[in-house]
Amino acid sequence: MTATATAPAPRTRPAAAPAPRRRSRGTVGGTALTVLTWAIALVFVSPALWMVLTAFKTEGIAQTDPPTLLFQPTLEQFRDVVGADFTPYVGNSLIATLASTALVLVLATPAAYALSIRPVKRTKDVLFFFISTKMLPLVAVVVPIYVAAAEVGMLDNIWTLVVLYTAMNLPIAVWMLRSFFLEVPAGVVEAAQMEGASLPRVLWSVMLPIMAPGVAATALICMIFSWNEFFFAVNLTASQAATVPVYLVGFITSEGLYWAQLAAAATMASLPIVVIGWMAQRQLVRGLSMGAVK
Amino acid sequence: MSATATAPAQRPAAPAPTPRARRRARGWSLRAPLLPALIFTILVTQLPFLFTIFYSLRSWNLLRPDSGAFAGLDNYAYVLTDAQFLGAALNTVVITASCVLISMAVGIGLAMLLDRRFAGRGVVRTLLITPFLIIPVATALLWKTTMFDPVFGLVGFVLTPLGLGEVNWVAQYPVVSVVTALVWQWSPFMMLLVLAGLQSQSRDVVEAGQVDGANRWQMFTNVTLPHLRRYIELGVLLGSIYVVNTFDTIYMMTQGGPGTASSNLPFYIYQRTFLGFDIGQSAAMGVIVVIGTIVVATLALRLIFRTFMSDQEAKS
Repeated sequence: MTATATAPAPRTRPAAAPAPRRRSRGTVGGTALTVLTWAIALVFVSPALWMVLTAFKTEGIAQTDPPTLLFQPTLEQFRDVVGADFTPYVGNSLIATLASTALVLVLATPAAYALSIRPVKRTKDVLFFFISTKMLPLVAVVVPIYVAAAEVGMLDNIWTLVVLYTAMNLPIAVWMLRSFFLEVPAGVVEAAQMEGASLPRVLWSVMLPIMAPGVAATALICMIFSWNEFFFAVNLTASQAATVPVYLVGFITSEGLYWAQLAAAATMASLPIVVIGWMAQRQLVRGLSMGAVK
Repeated sequence: MSATATAPAQRPAAPAPTPRARRRARGWSLRAPLLPALIFTILVTQLPFLFTIFYSLRSWNLLRPDSGAFAGLDNYAYVLTDAQFLGAALNTVVITASCVLISMAVGIGLAMLLDRRFAGRGVVRTLLITPFLIIPVATALLWKTTMFDPVFGLVGFVLTPLGLGEVNWVAQYPVVSVVTALVWQWSPFMMLLVLAGLQSQSRDVVEAGQVDGANRWQMFTNVTLPHLRRYIELGVLLGSIYVVNTFDTIYMMTQGGPGTASSNLPFYIYQRTFLGFDIGQSAAMGVIVVIGTIVVATLALRLIFRTFMSDQEAKS
């Protein structure tokens, strides 16, 4: 399905006639390089591995000098986190993430389509405008937004976050989807139009299926940034609409005291996005490079 | 794409409209799909900013009941001479630049390691992208506690042989600590981008270089890096956009401290707004930041448009 993006570099094709030098260097040097790569990767992710490990410790074992690798794993911390009111935060995060991502796709798809067609005047200006809103520091708009939300009684309301997250991710989504539209072969679209298909129909049944991996990539990026968003969440919500990152702030007051529980909470809070990201890493690559992968 | 193909189904039934009306109708049918997104974006981002400009011209502190008067450019004058604001501005530049550049260097290194076939390649890549996916708030808390704690932290433990065991990183080197956590978080992002670039490199070019007798370093600087250029530029642009706005890492790790040693503009403006309640001044800071960002971003975007867009356009 993502053949273009994933085809794992044809150049690593094993027995291609040329490039004998690389092959002969193989075995010893190659094995060393593989071991080195593994070592570097493990060192690099060790903070994350350490977090997961700590989550299975008791508080006493979490803080020992020197740090220990050998211990009796326990699920105690996870139980405590779930027992404490963790679930409402997850519910809020789910609404904010899923609703805003859906809204982004609904708004960005037609816009990206319009921008992928040459005759629209000032395409570059519009694209520039969209991406420039991403450069608007959030702090520069939070006060008016706070005042406006208070005015209409939308403070501490999850739908306020949905609207803001939509605005936050829309520019990137427009850019990404536009680059995926540009990749749809013009001939396919022309053929459909010759047969009298209307524009929405061409969009829905001809272009979208071709672009499905691109749409998935876009949705994934929006989900990551929405789930992880903190600034608006901490400033515009209190008790009702607080999201998962806001839940984690609770640990800042008890710093140093509840490491194991913090690790368990951080692990559970990150797990949904980490797992989705792992499963869809090919789309992620495509999305991040804005479809530039060939 | 030719113009005829895109003209969306001209209605033949319409009784011979003038060419001008038809052209206008066609223009609108092309522009209409753009409008919802455009209007939404303007309403949610630009409208509040107009209010920010308005607030910035008023002397408005929620703690002073008499405030609210028109103050002209007083807020701007005050902010531009405020040592803490200038310090935060400098920190923002330092943190953003070092984070983006170091992440890019690390990202290129990791991508080069991953750009060959070896046992467990998929697993290694999966491991390496993880820091980008973990909630940044959690990342900041974990680095602050389990990594940088002077007594029980992993970093101190590992560095003890080097005589750096008892360093209280977050308190003594707050900016270094923040940048470390940010680099850890953003390197995978850069790695993925560069990896995408490496995998789009055509094998022929690499082979031609090898036939010409280029060594590895020459291949890297003369063939690979130029090919990666637009991926690197895109990574620097997107990375900067997000890192410049960093708030969570500083909020959770250092609270901008000690003092204001590690506060960046987003955090400092947040403090002035929600802890100092000085709406007028914080609005002025916001406006100044936006102006600064636009200047830098215009230059950066020019670059991107030249290389990234033109190339893509040429293909369509």
